[in-house]
Amino acid sequence: MHDKIIAKKDLDSFVRSLAQSRDVFAPVRDKASMGWAQIDSADNLEFDFLNTDFSPKAFFFPQNERLMHFTNSSRDEDGMIMEEEPPRDREQVLLNIRPCDAKAFCVLDLVFCQDENAPDVYWKDKRDKTVLIGLACKAPCPTCFCTSVNCGPHHEEGLDMLLVDLGEDLLARPLTDKGQELAADLQDAPQEAVDQAAGQKKASEEAITSTVDMSKINERPVLEEYEHPYFDRVFEACINCGTCTFYCPTCHCFDIQDETQDEFGHRVRNWDTCMSWLFTHHTSGHNPRGTKKDRVRQRFMHKFKYMPIKLGGAIGCVGCGRCTRKCPVNIDVRTVVNSMNE
Amino acid sequence: MNEITRQLRERAKQLLQEGTVDCVIGYAQGSVPMQEQPFFAYTPEEADKLVWTGFCTNNLANFLIKRSGKNAVVAQGCVSRNIVGLIKENQVQRENVYILGVHSPGMIDAHKVQNHFPGKTIVQVEEDGKDIVVQGMDFEERLPRKKFKRDNCFTCTHRNAVLYDEFIGEEGPQTGGGKIDNVAAPWEKLDSDQRWEAFEQTFKDCIRCYACRNVCPLCYCDVCFVDENNPQWVGKSLHEPDVYTFHILRAFHCAGRCTDCGACESACPVGIKMRRLTSKIEKDIRQLYGYQPGLDLETPAPLSLYQPNDPDVAE
Repeated sequence: MHDKIIAKKDLDSFVRSLAQSRDVFAPVRDKASMGWAQIDSADNLEFDFLNTDFSPKAFFFPQNERLMHFTNSSRDEDGMIMEEEPPRDREQVLLNIRPCDAKAFCVLDLVFCQDENAPDVYWKDKRDKTVLIGLACKAPCPTCFCTSVNCGPHHEEGLDMLLVDLGEDLLARPLTDKGQELAADLQDAPQEAVDQAAGQKKASEEAITSTVDMSKINERPVLEEYEHPYFDRVFEACINCGTCTFYCPTCHCFDIQDETQDEFGHRVRNWDTCMSWLFTHHTSGHNPRGTKKDRVRQRFMHKFKYMPIKLGGAIGCVGCGRCTRKCPVNIDVRTVVNSMNE
Repeated sequence: MNEITRQLRERAKQLLQEGTVDCVIGYAQGSVPMQEQPFFAYTPEEADKLVWTGFCTNNLANFLIKRSGKNAVVAQGCVSRNIVGLIKENQVQRENVYILGVHSPGMIDAHKVQNHFPGKTIVQVEEDGKDIVVQGMDFEERLPRKKFKRDNCFTCTHRNAVLYDEFIGEEGPQTGGGKIDNVAAPWEKLDSDQRWEAFEQTFKDCIRCYACRNVCPLCYCDVCFVDENNPQWVGKSLHEPDVYTFHILRAFHCAGRCTDCGACESACPVGIKMRRLTSKIEKDIRQLYGYQPGLDLETPAPLSLYQPNDPDVAE
């Protein structure tokens, strides 16, 4: 596939053509915060931003998702019978998504679609109907460490197209059939633009100075890592709020509840968090993760030990640094992983 | 290193060496700007990590609950008042806590500083006397510290620890300068519909992470009402009535107990101003009962006590 070029001044018509038959979403600034918003033109697009405050995982795995609904009446002939929610009727585009967030979807595919005959239909429906157009990172944040966890500022995995900001132009690199289709009308990129993008990739990767080391974690048996003395201290400052898990692009634990109100009821899937004692509380009263230490250890062991074992080496972290930036008590994932590795 | 930090480390070392305490709970320097970390020093060597800066925004009284052994804790005015509250509510034994009183310089509001630089990445923030020096990826700016203090620190009524075993450094000015009763004033001008609208606006971004609850030393119930599931009082989604129920009930639960320490606002990842709700409740408690929480170990909290002459506010 050939690299293409698109002038920023022509971006508006590109976005408008995308929006004709799809819902287009992009990072848009709202005062100091960067959020995902639906757009139909290039008017509010920004190219100088770190990343969105929230990860885009909610596009495929919403914080609250209605799975089924029912009429809350046992007298009604159709009452209490679950009806499924209709699938998405339109394609959607996530434009200017960061490579780390796109990579996170690939990690979550391994979870939600691990059995191809029985995938999570809610996740898969939205994934299949979404085009991901990435925007490479020019200036990574000091808390970014994507290059240590199989990702990077120009990482292409999971994207249909990668855009590289070259100033007045964007290099557009189609990566899948979907991406190629969208790029069909664009001009081929001149060699100097391709070279410029390659130079930028190198500079961005070099700008990421914070790292985590996983060599010992990988080698060590699970129980040995589980009993690492470091876990006796790391939980002390934690307040078990779960902010880290809510902001994390790869955290995916959930709870399913039936909620009713008057004549209506629905089955809803909500984000849950290993930080909450209730998450693993058994009906019997036993809680296998009854202490704060158990819960904090679970979060890091899950991402950096259990997931790689279970998912063919895939780390449950893409190095976006959101958990570190948002933690109210400054639990820094880099410090934790490096300590687990000691 | 500032003078308080130096003295704090010295005393913490001595206390641990003498065996007066098993642990000193304070703050260590954080790994990201404006975020010091609650830190537990068990050895004299670890005491060297302690710091005292304007970025110590968590409420350390929270960490005393259900802790065994004897712990020293660094406490400015609000935190010491929370310790008093916890002793009164039998969550902490007075003899098991050694309070290292300090004077609060007024803590910096990280949300305010970040909002001053929309879209920019802050790499480092340092205090320099009456200023803070903010360094970013491609900028450096000196700002007046006062302008970026947390809202609650402006209206603080007790900046010095009210109860302590020893005081580290000098006592300083007692108040933040702002009038605390004025915090609730904007609400009082609104009719009930407008208040509801303002309330909805204030809490619309809540993601129910419960950082506000978990960081608060008042929220120590074994099972919080939002976690109860038999019966389930509150739904688990972001359905507005459930989100609002959580915040309203939490605020009322803190009535007459909240010291306005501001930890909830500092911890909130989306920057919700919880004090808009609590300020009116706390003002009512002050005016109706003449009571401010956590000032002494004797006076019972007004809502834990019935008296025949309790004020009637039915109208």
